[in-house]
Amino acid sequence: MLRTLLHLIAAAALAAASLAAQAGGVPKPVVKIENPGKCIAPADEMRRNHMEMLKHQRDLTLREGVRGAAAGKAASLNGCIECHASKQTGSVTGGKESFCESCHSYAAVKLDCWDCHQPKAGYKATGAKP
Amino acid sequence: MSHNKRRSFLVASAAGLGTVALGVAVAPGIRLIEVSHANPVRPAGQPASSAVRWGMLVDTTRCATGCDDCVKACAAENGINETVADKRQGAQWIRKIDIKEAKTGRQHSLPMMCQHCANPPCVDVCPTGASMKRADGIVLVDRHVCIGCRYCMMACPYKARSFVHQPLSGQNPEVPRGLGCVESCTLCVHRVDKGQQPACVESCTTAGHNALLFGDLNDPNSEISRRAAAAATSQIRADLKLNTGVRYQGI
Amino acid sequence: MQLAPFSRAEEQRFYLVAAMGGLVTAVGLLAALYMEHAGHVVTGMTNQVVWGMPHVFAIFLIVAASGVLNVASIGSVFGKKVYKKRAPLSGLLCLAMLTGGLFVLMLDLGRADRLIIAATHYNFTSVFAWNVFLYSGMFAIVAVYMWTLMERRMNGYSKPAGFAAFIWRLILTTGTGSIFGFLVARQAYNSAVLAPMFIIMSFAWGLAVFMIVQKTMFWWNSIELHPSVRTRMKNLLGVFVAAVLYFVIAYHMTNLYFAKQIAFERFILLDGGIFPLLLWGGYLLLGTVAPLILIYHPGLSARRGSVMLASLLVVLGAFCQLYVFIIGGQAFPLEIFPGMEVSSSFYDGQVEHYAPSLPEILLGFGGIAIAFLITAVGVRVLHFLPQDDLSQLEAAASISD
Ligand code: HEC
Ligand code: HEC
Ligand code: HEC
Repeated sequence: MLRTLLHLIAAAALAAASLAAQAGGVPKPVVKIENPGKCIAPADEMRRNHMEMLKHQRDLTLREGVRGAAAGKAASLNGCIECHASKQTGSVTGGKESFCESCHSYAAVKLDCWDCHQPKAGYKATGAKP
Repeated sequence: MSHNKRRSFLVASAAGLGTVALGVAVAPGIRLIEVSHANPVRPAGQPASSAVRWGMLVDTTRCATGCDDCVKACAAENGINETVADKRQGAQWIRKIDIKEAKTGRQHSLPMMCQHCANPPCVDVCPTGASMKRADGIVLVDRHVCIGCRYCMMACPYKARSFVHQPLSGQNPEVPRGLGCVESCTLCVHRVDKGQQPACVESCTTAGHNALLFGDLNDPNSEISRRAAAAATSQIRADLKLNTGVRYQGI
Repeated sequence: MQLAPFSRAEEQRFYLVAAMGGLVTAVGLLAALYMEHAGHVVTGMTNQVVWGMPHVFAIFLIVAASGVLNVASIGSVFGKKVYKKRAPLSGLLCLAMLTGGLFVLMLDLGRADRLIIAATHYNFTSVFAWNVFLYSGMFAIVAVYMWTLMERRMNGYSKPAGFAAFIWRLILTTGTGSIFGFLVARQAYNSAVLAPMFIIMSFAWGLAVFMIVQKTMFWWNSIELHPSVRTRMKNLLGVFVAAVLYFVIAYHMTNLYFAKQIAFERFILLDGGIFPLLLWGGYLLLGTVAPLILIYHPGLSARRGSVMLASLLVVLGAFCQLYVFIIGGQAFPLEIFPGMEVSSSFYDGQVEHYAPSLPEILLGFGGIAIAFLITAVGVRVLHFLPQDDLSQLEAAASISD
């Protein structure tokens, strides 16, 4: 409910933002690339298509059991996190500076991925008997 | 089946595969060599195959009352570490059940978890198709599609599923889990896809109990198939004809 | 009979009532938001009793929604004039209650924000998914049916439309019953009697709700229901209530004698604590025997308000019955190892406790409030007050008396 509402607001905000961008008024978000290396696709394509790539990959992995990619690189969410996590916080989320939120907070996109997915790179969960 | 024959077969096949390294690294030897045969790593980019059907054999004669190594290992592996005020709302992917035959008084202790049915009722009833069976027989919840209606929990004859009642944090990166979705034993799918065994099986074996055996039920030469052929095994609630992937020996 | 235009005082009264409905709806919505935000920890539902109070409310509303349409069906399909006058109100109530029920069901989801997924991903082997179709179809069919009733030019089509609605709602209630009927693993639900039982329950509950609403509307407008209509409708309610009783007995008998669910029946009928209490006291005594007396006792049934009271009791009994059915069915331990004593950290083999929490109850009432609000506004805007042709009734009464 709340999230659906947020999505609606996000869509409206995005439309407004793009209008504003056309007008040339609003500053672009600052995206920090902290780790060297090459993204799984050219930056331009990533900017436009990363959501589709992620959704495609998640269905492939979860429903068909495909891990990694035969050629090139898979759009694994854990993969993104390993490369894009901030050096300071170790995470891709939490604060406008963080990689995944840099654009999203600007475009008012709210992800539910972090309800489940661990946003920190190299994190090891502790186990406890329930 | 004689132990010798099995051993020679295994050595041959292990050598053939050339994947002994994994097994040898962790004692006690022979069992794990078998495992490396039973569970080859699938190459990157390839989907799970229906030629395989993953299963588990529980030897209840070796499963001790009060031992919960498998439960602990599961919790550690899958990051089931949240504190819940009302324990009834807590998740349990695997649990130990103590049973006593009413007539004879005979007692058993055994682990209970998702039985990875070939005809899973949870998959039948799920309105969105979030409950699903992978080609290799592993029953999973696609938590990107689960709406949290809990119909599958009503349908499961084993109470194998849990609903996440509260927001979580500190998940294991390989095992995402979170608020409002139904979850259950994944047979450690993230490990199996890497050629490892489920955490419960590994811990049981490492501790020397050897009550759990994981393998391919479709492969007549896998140890699990051979054990199932040699000794009487049973499926729980066999009357429901669900054809479970988890089999029990000794009850 | 012409109604006087609304007076100022009456106008104010209406807005007061509507505001009250709106308030309860808003509280229900807030409760749902809270549940979604904090998670189901704030409810009494657990991993043992996975469906709770919201489902009791939702299933009551949905089943009664289908039953309330019966009034229209008797009019259109079976050609009874008195009922035909009530068809528009019956249709409106059906839509209102269906909306209320779905509201509760949807907002109880663990991930209510993913409603769009529920609408776009279908698993066609799932009874739940069929129900999504049945409900949306119901909205469409009833809407068309109401149109044929209210639009003079379309009146000629009201019979086929009414027939379609009649058939559809039989299927719908069968579908609702089957949600449980397909749960073969659970002792309480593995019964073929469930589908017909739900249909007959829908008749009784729907008619009871209809009588309550009708009475309230007449009271609001200071009109008396004609005695012959009152007698006819109350007797029909009596028949339905008795029929439900028959099915309830049949359900428990088949469980006892054919399915050999002796332990389960013992639990529900004798030593299950709250459940036998609600079944015997709530459903049987208050919800069945008392209404039957109120309806059929020559002296009592003539008293003012007796039919209203009977209808209210039937609704109360319905809630008790659903509580026993839904919660009781889950509280009884699932038999994983038939014939064995079982214990575990996951409460295997133990009778479950369930204590509904405030948010989930508020959510349930929110659903009722939505149904109420839709009905109140609909009746107001569309003039749905059943208006009997008195001269015709007098004539009919003098013939049949
Ligand atoms: C309710 C929990 C949940 C939420 C919310 C969720 N996921 Fe997942 N996700 C999972 C689970 C469980 C897996 C399976 C992990 C496995 O088997 O490796 C998974 C796997 C994936 C995978 C494949 C594994 C990998 O690392 O590449 C991708 C990609 C993915 N999710 C993307 C997303 C994205 C993007 C979002 C947000 C829009 C999201 N998920 C939200 C639970 C969730
Ligand atoms: C191997 C490390 C690596 C992985 C894995 C990786 N990235 Fe990147 N990503 C980079 C680098 C380096 C850049 C900067 C490339 C450039 O500017 O040309 C980049 C750029 C991007 C950009 C464009 C940022 C901008 O400048 O506007 C996006 C969006 C992005 N990545 C998203 C993702 C997502 C989503 C994933 C996971 C599916 C992912 N990346 C996986 C290293 C990685
Ligand atoms: C270059 C800016 C940028 C970066 C960096 C970025 N995103 Fe996005 N992302 C967007 C925009 C813009 C949208 C909204 C697109 C739309 O709504 O059509 C979006 C949408 C998404 C969506 C779909 C949301 C939905 O509700 O459908 C997902 C999933 C997503 N991003 C994941 C990620 C992840 C994970 C990262 C970090 C690894 C990331 N993004 C980093 C710009 C970015």
